Amino acid sequence: MTFLEGQAERQGIAIGASGDTRVRSASPAAHPATVATSEETPIKMTARKLSVFYGEKQALFDVSLDIPDRQIMAFIGPSGCGKSTFLRSLNRMNDTIAGCTMTGEVMVDGINIYDRVVDVVELRRRIGMVFQKPNPFPKSIYDNVAYGPRIHGLASSKEELDEIVQTCLARTGLLDEVSTRLHEPGTSLSGGQQQRLCIARAIAVSPDIILMDEPCSALDPIATARVEELMQELQKNYTIVIVTHNMQQAARVSQRTAFFHLGTLVEWGMTEQIFTSPVDDRTQGYITGRYG
Amino acid sequence: MSSLDQSLKVSGPGAAPDDAAAQRDRRSRRRKTANLRFKLYGLAAIVFAVGMLATLVVSLIMTGYPAFTQTMVRLDIELPASEIDAAAPSDANYGKFFRDALYGLFPEVKSPPQRRNIARLVTQDAEYMLRDTVVAYPSMIGKTHSIEFTASDILNQLHIGAIDRELPSDRRSISDAQIAWYDKLVAQGRIRAVFNTALFTEADSRHPEIAGLWGAITGSFYALMVCFILSFPMGIAAAVYLEEFAPKNRWTDLIEININNLAAVPSIVFGLLGLAVFLNFFGLPRSAPLVGGMVLALMTLPTIIIAGRAAIKAVPPSIRDAALGVGASAQQVAWHHTLPLAMPGILTGTIIGLAQALGETAPLLLIGMNAFITQQPGGILEPATALPTQIYIWADSPERGFVSRTSAAILVLLGFLVLMNGVAVWMRKRFERRW
Repeated sequence: MTFLEGQAERQGIAIGASGDTRVRSASPAAHPATVATSEETPIKMTARKLSVFYGEKQALFDVSLDIPDRQIMAFIGPSGCGKSTFLRSLNRMNDTIAGCTMTGEVMVDGINIYDRVVDVVELRRRIGMVFQKPNPFPKSIYDNVAYGPRIHGLASSKEELDEIVQTCLARTGLLDEVSTRLHEPGTSLSGGQQQRLCIARAIAVSPDIILMDEPCSALDPIATARVEELMQELQKNYTIVIVTHNMQQAARVSQRTAFFHLGTLVEWGMTEQIFTSPVDDRTQGYITGRYG
Repeated sequence: MSSLDQSLKVSGPGAAPDDAAAQRDRRSRRRKTANLRFKLYGLAAIVFAVGMLATLVVSLIMTGYPAFTQTMVRLDIELPASEIDAAAPSDANYGKFFRDALYGLFPEVKSPPQRRNIARLVTQDAEYMLRDTVVAYPSMIGKTHSIEFTASDILNQLHIGAIDRELPSDRRSISDAQIAWYDKLVAQGRIRAVFNTALFTEADSRHPEIAGLWGAITGSFYALMVCFILSFPMGIAAAVYLEEFAPKNRWTDLIEININNLAAVPSIVFGLLGLAVFLNFFGLPRSAPLVGGMVLALMTLPTIIIAGRAAIKAVPPSIRDAALGVGASAQQVAWHHTLPLAMPGILTGTIIGLAQALGETAPLLLIGMNAFITQQPGGILEPATALPTQIYIWADSPERGFVSRTSAAILVLLGFLVLMNGVAVWMRKRFERRW
């Protein structure tokens, strides 16, 4: 929290003593297709009129969305609908793509992450990411998890680092499976284990938010179930945003769901409402399998 | 299989079954012969290429192998203590001791011109070799020693059979009298062929029998060191910048095209540049490995940059994403992930670039590394030759002994090239990583 507070002070934004800024969602009138949220949840991230362009081509059109704190929000929609683009713009991974530009703003705890004073490296530490294909570093299991804490100086001694690695592996349920071979390469694990290793690596730098880009699409059903279980567990401490092609998965794990179509945010709200009584016809069509 | 057979038997529409089958047969036969022909073309090309290579290597070995042996003449040298001042042993008249011993073997020869012909059987540097030996071991003074001297080129050629003694004497470089003296020396057991270590330990000389490659090897080594020290860090820095940091715009496109073109610039152009800039403008020493290395670095740089960029590009983007995702900076991504993973490829490219530089002659000629230098260089600022320029000098020398030495020097150069490429292949295998 201290980092963004510092950024906030520089921006002249007052932050409450608790450090927990609540950004109210915009009134439903601003978002015609929004299902009003009945209960009051603190909001972690807010996107306002976010448009993303790849060169000349616009991939995302004026998306405005609130992401609740310590819940799981799922983005669903057919391929090429802009949900991954939106996810990647939440921790500025789109910066690394040549020719990618954006307009609008993304607020995290009341700070616009695209503001010039924001340090993108620190931002990505705060907002971790898990990718579609498990991508462990070609290093040992231990080094995979220890890499983030090392570069951010989160551990002052070898023991402390060991402690972080053990805790993170334990939280992803991987510790029992790999405790005897911590120094074997991370790439020697099975696909599901690799993905959990990547999640362990993401939580090792103690982020607030974890973005997951179709984390189970390369996994078998058993590994998928294991990762979903893990997400439910992590939700207690982290805000999780997951992009998924699998509507059952969205329905199973998320509290909120947003439906994207052709670069626009069609509808978002409580997951039950989206899946049982969607407002928009396109949502209805997608979740009932008419297209997708 | 049965369904396949069935389908093969199905006849085409409107054709009698037998006719269609015959047609299919013909077509399949044609296809098979075409296949075979195609395979044979490839095989022929390979046989041709390997044959040419084999011809080259075999002819080099045939011409070069005599240079690996050297004929020695054993003489009994008397070193009288009365004539050598033990305090300053280098001042004594070693030419006299040597000549006394040599002429003493042929007491019947009295006339000075004839005696000079005798002296021509042993290398002209013999008295200096004797002096250096005595200076190194002063305890030799006052005794008679049996010492082996390097035979002269003509005696060497005669001994290894390169001179046909049946030829009329005006068509060979050794006279009848000299052959007779040689036969006498052989009869006395004073002639022996040994492995030619001087080829590897001595620097250049006007006399083929004592000319060696060590000066050129050290010169090449220094030049390659300079080349590596300059081009490796610069090449990596350029490759990393172009791949990881540079925006993709018209300027970087232009730079890329120019780097690719630089790799194809004739090497003599780099030599001219070195001459104009390094020697004439900056006034660096002529013939020095420093300048040679700088010119070779200019040539190697594009190779390293191109290989480095290819190796960096081959690192999967998912690794970069993963590192960026945990909050690594661009510089940390490059140092911790991209470069270590790309390093085997970069090193392979570098070694191949250096091997190219090792064989490069033209630019070195222009900056004077083809000078006649009889001492091995003591540092990168001293005049030196390099292996390819040494070959060039020797190939130009008229003495018979240099013919085989040229081939031997080419074999040595090829040996170094094969070694370097072998290291590159080994490293690629050793550090190859799969994702």
